[in-house]
Amino acid sequence: MTSSKWFVVSSAAVILALALALAACGSGSDETASGSGGSVSGEIAGAGSTAQQAAQEAWIAEFENENSGVTISYDPVGSGGGREQFIAGGTAYAGSDAALSTEDGELEKAEARCKTGELIEVPNYISPIAIIYNLPGVEGLQLDPETLAKIFSQEITSWNDKAIAADNPGTELPETRITPVNRSDESGTTENFSEYLSEVVPSVWSYEVSGDWPVKGGEAASGTSGVVEAVAAGEGAIGYADASQAGELGVARIKVGSEYAEPTAEAAAKVLEESPLDKELSPGKYTIAYELDRKTESQGTYPIVLTSYLIACTRYDSADEASAVKAYLEYVVSPEGQELAAKQAGSAPLSSSLTSKVTPAIAAIEAG
Amino acid sequence: MAQVDTTTNAGQLLAAASGGRRRLGDRVFSRTAVVAAVTILLLLAGVAVFLVSEGLPALTAGASELPEGKTFLDYVAPLAFGTALAALIAAVVAVPLAVGVALFITHVAPPRIASTLGYMVDLLAAIPSIVYGLWGIFVLGPAAVPVLKWLEEKLGWIPLFEGPASVTGRTMLVAGLVLAVMIMPIVSAIAREAFGQTPRKLTEGAQALGATRWETIRMTVLPFGRSSVISGAMLGLGRALGETMAVTIILSVSGAVTFNLIGQANPSTIAANIALDFPESSGLAINALIATGLVLFAITLVTNMGARAIIARQNHE
Repeated sequence: MTSSKWFVVSSAAVILALALALAACGSGSDETASGSGGSVSGEIAGAGSTAQQAAQEAWIAEFENENSGVTISYDPVGSGGGREQFIAGGTAYAGSDAALSTEDGELEKAEARCKTGELIEVPNYISPIAIIYNLPGVEGLQLDPETLAKIFSQEITSWNDKAIAADNPGTELPETRITPVNRSDESGTTENFSEYLSEVVPSVWSYEVSGDWPVKGGEAASGTSGVVEAVAAGEGAIGYADASQAGELGVARIKVGSEYAEPTAEAAAKVLEESPLDKELSPGKYTIAYELDRKTESQGTYPIVLTSYLIACTRYDSADEASAVKAYLEYVVSPEGQELAAKQAGSAPLSSSLTSKVTPAIAAIEAG
Repeated sequence: MAQVDTTTNAGQLLAAASGGRRRLGDRVFSRTAVVAAVTILLLLAGVAVFLVSEGLPALTAGASELPEGKTFLDYVAPLAFGTALAALIAAVVAVPLAVGVALFITHVAPPRIASTLGYMVDLLAAIPSIVYGLWGIFVLGPAAVPVLKWLEEKLGWIPLFEGPASVTGRTMLVAGLVLAVMIMPIVSAIAREAFGQTPRKLTEGAQALGATRWETIRMTVLPFGRSSVISGAMLGLGRALGETMAVTIILSVSGAVTFNLIGQANPSTIAANIALDFPESSGLAINALIATGLVLFAITLVTNMGARAIIARQNHE
């Protein structure tokens, strides 16, 4: 081996050693910083909705920071997978964009999984879905639900269509072709948007509601960021995405009742507050599943929202597990936790009246 | 020494020189080599077994249980079509380009420029595919929009450019071009290697007979490197068939089976579809995705076997 090769090898070794030493220092100082607080310990696992992923990651980081003895994992396998794993007993809690359904006895199975305890199902993550568009020169676009549905079902193909003009008196609309943008991956955002359209304008939106976009032939992009990017890139494009991700793009106001509403956190939370409980899906004391009132006409609401639930049990076999789940979920629905999610994931914090309904359910968790 | 150029002869010679026994180093080496070869076979068999066993439930399931309520064939056909189309565009663009680059490096450019350029081309292969994907949507896509519009206006009579042109540039044509850039280094490296080994006496003979540079290349270098170019192209095609990230990010997929390369509705590819749908899938839908992976595996296998057959025939001639 020549001397220059020796030099390369030895310097690589030195760099590696330095990196390891630094890493060791880093983790060491972390421990001393957070070693003080927290009375709970153990490992708990959760799985479910990808919509909750960013929020769950933020909650876990912050919670573990406060409670050094706890390790929490959240596997974003998707809502369906999360519910399945919870029912099978593989995870302590689940996140799901839809409440446990009575189809296939999912709800009963989940109740059975909790054995002597009761099933907990509470909303913990609400996110308004914004209709974003890219049309230079047109600001403050207003759309009524029927026009919106026709745009996304590709019935209306040009921006100066009469239906759009009727919603926007005084605005000069260009002749640009409309490019509707949808998610190419399966997602809760698609499911909620599609559910909104099918409930409010069933005459236009006759598609089956699912996480897959039903209309072929539109522009499709992967993930929220993909949709935002595609809308930003294409003149005349319109899409739907988490309101927090809209950025500089135009956000359409949607007609609710006689007014046009914007996708704000307050308006999204208000929809949930005004929605009735779904009696069939909320059999227990601690199951709070809403039948979202997407057809609401009351002022100050914005009905295109994604609601995601936490699913857990009131009783766990080990005291450690019970106290860890309880402490973590309490943090998730607490005002601090909700504020963190709003900041990190752009969700709408639970309103105080909703928090007061959710808290008792989580407070009921105990070891059994 | 010219006659004993095979390894066995050399090994026997060495063994004879060391007193009839094979040296320890030899034995260790041959064992290691065998283990490495067997590992490859086991890995391949393992993947095949996994694909078949996990894909089987979806292959045997009825249409109503599968995603989108289609039979498996109906489900996978547009995906296979999209996969083949994207890879084909990539190969059609990349292979001539790669051959040109390889010829330039081996037979045209002065040595210093040649080695720098060769290094640059190799660097292209080191860029992660997700970076190509991001480059595709942020740079190439938007830049392609006016070109796509022009194609629609001037060449719209060709079904490939039927339009309406996408306003975001996230089309099959752009995805294919990005794939072409991605596979170009592999094809070019193999072609370069082969062209560089053209026997000197052949090229010099051609030149002595008065052939121009192009004639020399056409009559000596190209025939000599043909089978290598084909195998390089097939390797590139294999990579393009399986490429996931770049296509997932760039392509606007809406299921349609269409030859229109510049529109917003494009067929998805098998790999991209798995990446897009896996996170939210459960149960049989996952089996269906894995079964599409099996189909891709088969397509790649057939492609490679085809390439082998072509090369074997070439060499035979």
